[in-house]
Amino acid sequence: MKLARKDLLGIQDLSVEEINLILDTADSFIDISTREIKKVPTLRGVTVVNLFYEPSTRTRTSFEIAAKRLSADTINIATSTSSVVKGETFVDTARNLEAMNPDIIVLRHSAAGSPHMLSKVVRQSVINAGDGAHEHPTQALLDMMTMREKKKRLAGLKVAIVGDIAHSRVARSNIYGLTKMGARVSVGGPITMMPRYIERLGIDVHYKLEDAIQDADIIMMLRIQLERQETNLFPSLREYARYYCLNPRNIAAAKDNVLIMHPGPMNRGVEISPEIADGPYSVILEQVTNGVAVRMALLYLLSGGKQ
Amino acid sequence: MTVLLKGGRVIDPSQKMDDVLDVLVENGKVAAVGRNLGDDGKGKKKDPGLTILELKGKLVVPGLIDIHTHLREPGYEYKETVESGCQAAVAGGFTSIACMPNTNPINDNRSVTEFVIRQAQKANLANVYPIAAISMGSEGKILTEFGDLREAGAAGFSDDGKPVIHAGLMKRALEYAYSIELPIVSHCEELQLSKGGLMNEGLVSTELGMTGIPTISEDIPVMRDILIAEYVGTSIHICHVSSTGAVRIIRQAKERGVKVTAETAPQYLLLTDEALKGFETSYKVNPPLRSAEDVAAVRAGLRDGTIDVIASDHAPHSPIEKDVEFEYAASGMVGLETSLGLCWKLVEEGLLTPSELIARMTVNAARVLRIPGGTLKKGAPADVTVIDPKKAWTVDVKKFRSKSRNSPFDGWKLPVKAVLTMVGGEIKYNEL
Repeated sequence: MKLARKDLLGIQDLSVEEINLILDTADSFIDISTREIKKVPTLRGVTVVNLFYEPSTRTRTSFEIAAKRLSADTINIATSTSSVVKGETFVDTARNLEAMNPDIIVLRHSAAGSPHMLSKVVRQSVINAGDGAHEHPTQALLDMMTMREKKKRLAGLKVAIVGDIAHSRVARSNIYGLTKMGARVSVGGPITMMPRYIERLGIDVHYKLEDAIQDADIIMMLRIQLERQETNLFPSLREYARYYCLNPRNIAAAKDNVLIMHPGPMNRGVEISPEIADGPYSVILEQVTNGVAVRMALLYLLSGGKQ
Repeated sequence: MTVLLKGGRVIDPSQKMDDVLDVLVENGKVAAVGRNLGDDGKGKKKDPGLTILELKGKLVVPGLIDIHTHLREPGYEYKETVESGCQAAVAGGFTSIACMPNTNPINDNRSVTEFVIRQAQKANLANVYPIAAISMGSEGKILTEFGDLREAGAAGFSDDGKPVIHAGLMKRALEYAYSIELPIVSHCEELQLSKGGLMNEGLVSTELGMTGIPTISEDIPVMRDILIAEYVGTSIHICHVSSTGAVRIIRQAKERGVKVTAETAPQYLLLTDEALKGFETSYKVNPPLRSAEDVAAVRAGLRDGTIDVIASDHAPHSPIEKDVEFEYAASGMVGLETSLGLCWKLVEEGLLTPSELIARMTVNAARVLRIPGGTLKKGAPADVTVIDPKKAWTVDVKKFRSKSRNSPFDGWKLPVKAVLTMVGGEIKYNEL
């Protein structure tokens, strides 16, 4: 089995079959990470470039570990400044990388659509590791993998996503993936954080936390970016936490066996209380573990999936 | 030189004319429009020096006028010059174009206005009407010297691309422009609402995760400027209308007698924000491509006369500005060479008759800027465009005469082509 595509740019253009293939492949890779020798020769001779225009610890490390466990060579390019500031254009950087003949380029960029642009410029496979507020497909895949692992299914699950939906690539990729897989998605947060016509994506929209998480099987809390206060997206952290912080009291609205997820990094006490983050329902660290398996699966499938 | 444009279908909305006629051009002016001109009745030329152009099956219209272009000179000559912009104009059938002041330096003083006019005279192709800035440096603080600029040849005033933020300044500008009988041309954008915006705010921006530019960022200043013009009792021209609300506000203002005129551009009539889905920067434009509902409203406004004029907002950019991430790309698309063919699609679709379209690209445009042209009346400057209504062609940006290639219409098949462009009686473009 292999993915009949050059790139992974977003969940929106994946089919249900492709999502299942990726998740099944990821499941089969999970045990490699628990072996004594955590390495297989599958991608020996394959070069993976992690091109990160935004700071990231978790995602970049996860891609690097995934590649190394498959014996691929990895190169990390971290540049905190945009191409505009740096003086070399994104396209020139891409062409230079292409000339060195890597096999896969993993791109994180603050501008939506950058991976799409890169994929048109280079012949290598491009994996979107987050583009602006557009998509973060590997995050949604690891989220779905975790949900499927814990709940044994995706269809029919009620998933609540709470926070700044407007600026969240995690929310978008999960909305696209989960609705494709037959889950019911509701989003919650202040109306200032809801992008226009979001309900037309086939989801429920609520402005109260308790309404959004009502009878939820899964609750995904999104990180509040503190600097957004400057644009009056919310009046203060205090006020946000008062109405939207998931805590032991308001979680009662969800199902008894609800799972709590968070793409990280968390603002403890803002969108999630420490009791919840560290509590029995939390699968936040399993998400991170599964992230490595999902990224291994993608590197493998995009390399041709030969072994 | 005496030229007879013979046997074409003459469409001149300024005279409600649409018939197979001859147009006689003498000394740079229209000498006559009628039947069997230049013929002695026995099949011989009256005047042996007469050049006859046989135009059977062609459309003969007043020279097209584009009141909204950016010629980029001085300062951005790598994108366009007055000369290359005029080459593009005549190739697209335009005999007169107005150019916006956002050059470097900005056209906020006599020397820049005179420079642009001088460059146009050197190019000797199309008539060029510089629009000067409303405020010094288009910074929205101090009015430019309207009187001096008018004497230098400015055809109107606009801070295009940088809206006049303060209502007080806009009021003064409208008053002062009224007193010297030149129009104010307003780029309507409320910057606090459009801040950080990359595309129309709607379902597509939500899907793409891009910051949206809401239609109200256009509607609110349209309303503001109309109210100020109404209060002052003067006219105002609204640039590149793209939203349902703006069309409604302008329509209502016209109904109560406000002297407001408005333009839109082909892209707002033919493209929607759905086009942004591939993140192609050639579709990035300001105001942004709107929803299908907005396009329908703009079309209805064009149909019923709420929108008087089609102008291209020709905005050349080089790959330096366009071949970058969507977020960092400059806004704008070139339009002079595609405008007529694109607009003719509206005729094919039955939205406008040929005469109604030509009115919006000729006489109405001349009236807005109070410039000559836009008519084939006897004595008018012989600015004439000949259109081949059967010449379908495919847009190839590599063949543009403009220095820039930033058109999303590359590869589009367009139904008609300007095949001859005459300015002041001289043929400036000919592919007959």
